[in-house]
Amino acid sequence: MNEILPDLISALPEIFVLGMAMFILLLDLFLKPSNRVLIYVFSQLTLAGAAAITILTHTPAVSYAFTGMFVDDPMSDVLKVMIYIGTAIMFVYTRHYLTLRGMFRGEYYALVLFSMVGMMIMVSGQNFLTLYMGLELLSLCLYALVALDRDNPRATEAAMKYFVLGALASGMLLYGMSMMYGATGSLDIIQVGNSLTQGAPTYSMLILGLVFIVAGLAFKLGAVPFQMWVPDVYHGAPTAMTMLIGSVPKLAAFAMVIRLLVQGLYVLAVDWQGMLVIMAVLSIIIGNVTAIAQTNLKRMLAYSTISHIGFLLFGIMSASLNGFASSMFYVSAYVLMTLAGFGMILLLSRQGFEAENLDDLKGLNQRSPWNAFLMMIVMFSMAGVPPTLGFYAKFTVLQAALEAGFVGVVIFAVLMAAVGAFYYLRVVKLMYFDEPEDKSPIVASNGMRVMLSVNALALLVLGLMPQILMGISAYAIFNSI
Amino acid sequence: MMTELPIISLAIWVPILAGILVLFTGDDRRACLARWLALAGSIAGFLATLPLYTGFDFANGGFQFQERLSWIPAFNIHYHLGVDGISVPLILLTSFMTMVVVVAGWEVIEKRVAQYMASFLIMSGLMIGVFSALDTILYYVFWEAMLIPMFLVIGIWGGPNRVYATIKFFLYTLLGSLLMLVAFIYLYHQTDSFSLTDYYQLPLALPVQILIFFAFFMAFAVKIPMWPVHTWLPDAHVEAPTGGSVVLAAIMLKLGAYSFLRFAMPIAPDASHYLAGFMITLSLISIVYIAFVALAQRDMKKLIAYSSISHMGFVTLGMFIFNPLGLEGAIVQMISHGFISAAMFLCVGVLYDRVHSREISAYGGVVNTMPTFAAFAVLFAMANAGLPGTSGFVGEFLVILGSMQVNFWYAFLAALTLIFGAAYTLWMVKRVFFGEVANAHVAELKDINKREFLILGVLAVLVLGFGLYPAPITEMTNATVTQLLSHMAHSKLPAGF
Repeated sequence: MNEILPDLISALPEIFVLGMAMFILLLDLFLKPSNRVLIYVFSQLTLAGAAAITILTHTPAVSYAFTGMFVDDPMSDVLKVMIYIGTAIMFVYTRHYLTLRGMFRGEYYALVLFSMVGMMIMVSGQNFLTLYMGLELLSLCLYALVALDRDNPRATEAAMKYFVLGALASGMLLYGMSMMYGATGSLDIIQVGNSLTQGAPTYSMLILGLVFIVAGLAFKLGAVPFQMWVPDVYHGAPTAMTMLIGSVPKLAAFAMVIRLLVQGLYVLAVDWQGMLVIMAVLSIIIGNVTAIAQTNLKRMLAYSTISHIGFLLFGIMSASLNGFASSMFYVSAYVLMTLAGFGMILLLSRQGFEAENLDDLKGLNQRSPWNAFLMMIVMFSMAGVPPTLGFYAKFTVLQAALEAGFVGVVIFAVLMAAVGAFYYLRVVKLMYFDEPEDKSPIVASNGMRVMLSVNALALLVLGLMPQILMGISAYAIFNSI
Repeated sequence: MMTELPIISLAIWVPILAGILVLFTGDDRRACLARWLALAGSIAGFLATLPLYTGFDFANGGFQFQERLSWIPAFNIHYHLGVDGISVPLILLTSFMTMVVVVAGWEVIEKRVAQYMASFLIMSGLMIGVFSALDTILYYVFWEAMLIPMFLVIGIWGGPNRVYATIKFFLYTLLGSLLMLVAFIYLYHQTDSFSLTDYYQLPLALPVQILIFFAFFMAFAVKIPMWPVHTWLPDAHVEAPTGGSVVLAAIMLKLGAYSFLRFAMPIAPDASHYLAGFMITLSLISIVYIAFVALAQRDMKKLIAYSSISHMGFVTLGMFIFNPLGLEGAIVQMISHGFISAAMFLCVGVLYDRVHSREISAYGGVVNTMPTFAAFAVLFAMANAGLPGTSGFVGEFLVILGSMQVNFWYAFLAALTLIFGAAYTLWMVKRVFFGEVANAHVAELKDINKREFLILGVLAVLVLGFGLYPAPITEMTNATVTQLLSHMAHSKLPAGF
């Protein structure tokens, strides 16, 4: 017992969340529908508890558990806390929306918490199999969540598409991992890294494996040319689920990229850098250009996500500590922006009405100046206009890429950022310059209004003081890799 | 004078905080409160900038009133502010124009008054930030942030084609500035610092300097605007509400010219000398060709917009002939054009508020119904044409004298504009103000009210005052101009080139 105790303490947050998720699933069976709010309360308490455990057991040192399958390092702790915060914000936003659509049930909360356990395992996985297991736990929960609104044909279609393509991607990733195992004889990321440093065994096999791993990761991130599922799933899924898919899992996917490519396959950096450059550039082009043609807000945000992923890859492809820290900063800024963006869509939706077309934002400044102002901050932040957080996120990744010598690519990205600014500006235009078509008052709980204000203003405040988030990211990366 | 008060920070943040306060007055039921609050805020903002003049050390050509705090240590970015003889007059112009704009929009703006007033107050603080930032990222943040309120001002309160104009304005400027950001990051990798003063000392090879110069050129030439990247300006001016046009013409255009002096020329002096011919050619094209374009306009605001481009050509010409006369002339021209173009746009605004047309052909014989207004308008038109005794003459004359020292033909071409400028301005005045009363609208016109009289009167005094006695500007800029030119005279090429 004493031997396993340190291992259990390292994984305590995961164990706690898992236990609570099961408890909530059981509790749901014994609750009357009128008391369902308890489930919501327990879910938020779970997140608070997990955050407390993660923060209290935090040390700047790296410790391994379960014979090196699992790692507890500053990066994993920071990312986990960000995941809790993101999920908590999402719970606040989605509550009213789910209630109106009959999805305010225990399954939703249990599934989200299970998917969160998956993310946490991805963040802390130090072995090919652990990572894969975390990824699958996350993905399976997401497939189910997309289809949670069972009688909605569009959501079911989206879930099907997501499942088929997602399974394909998982297969590719697994195939790549098996190649790596064949080449190095180990599933442990540290050992794979060590044996690669001592001399590459069979180069062609490694490269083949690398291609599959990168393709699998790109699929999960939604980078071009593996982006096809993103717009359809974003569009088809109920907005509450789109918000989940588009936000916190990217933190876990980022961690997985770091674990696999940086900690495991750093020796092959020259090879994966080339792949990432192509994917980053294509993502930025296709994301930004296609977004211009969208009339559906959710699809537009889907393409905007693709271009954000392109920028995110800029930091990773720099293959420097500075670059990884800037990517981490970017992904955390991205999660905050996405949550606020989808939060606004949820705020504007009501019984029997999904605010998902761009035209639904028309004249928002006249209906509610404060909410229009918040959405404007989110849009300018996504466009990367100072003084918002989004600017510093772009600034740091471009800085890292320029440091690594990608001058042409950076200039190109910058030009595309100006193209991208157009469709964000169009949203501001709709809100501020057009007359409202729909004059109905905006109904929302106070909790949601406050949370949305805090979320959007955080983009401005963190933009005026970017050092906070930048410092946290740098701390996490520099102490972990 | 050494004080503990962060004078520049106050000048930046007083109007911004006042603007936020105005926003909180909410919807148009409290429009009156919003107006008075905005006026109080703009006056407070102007008072906050006055210590920069009273406490200024005229003999010192370097940066004064410096404030430096660490802001983003990870990238060695500082909240670093400071002003010199070039920026102080422009800062005073900015805070002064904000008061003018608030008063000019008083009863003209009826919908969303609080947002309108707040936009101008916040913009004023941000522009003062641009004029005083000595850290390049801080500068960039102010530079971009300033676009947001202007984007809204044109888009919400503008004319029929406002959406096109404002998006064009925003994207044009954004595209240019992003390249400048890349140049800043490049310089950061050379010096490990984003501080402007570090960049001044950094030796750079000529090809690098040229690339950096062009990155800056993209950002600043768009803003000035120079031919051929000027096309956003007529659109933006025509669609913007009067206040927006005034701020655009009086201050935003100066930001580009100021930034050339602050960034492009001192950081890349050899490239500036190398490309001087190119810049002078563009300036002369702006001066002469755009003057012809102005001659052909039928819309008063468009005409003044083109005339602005032509006058800004003098500023860039004066900067790139590299002598004290030219540079002094360029700075005087910036300030004087700030007053004159603002006054011209306000005059058009006065007519537009009454008749709701900017077409020259919709008017005729206005002098018969609005004699006081016509007197002001003719005065400003004369100043725009560069009549001696008005401030418009001083700047242009200095630049022409300066360019005469360099090349007779530069001076000859530039001087042509005294003819063309007079031609398009006076022809417009003739068609709008003189002759018989053209139509029923004109016959019904009422002369300007006290509020309009106050604004135009103050501007008229300033235009005449600086025309007869420009010394307050030149005394202030003298030391800085000398220092800048001596800095520019030293090559920054690394040894061995």
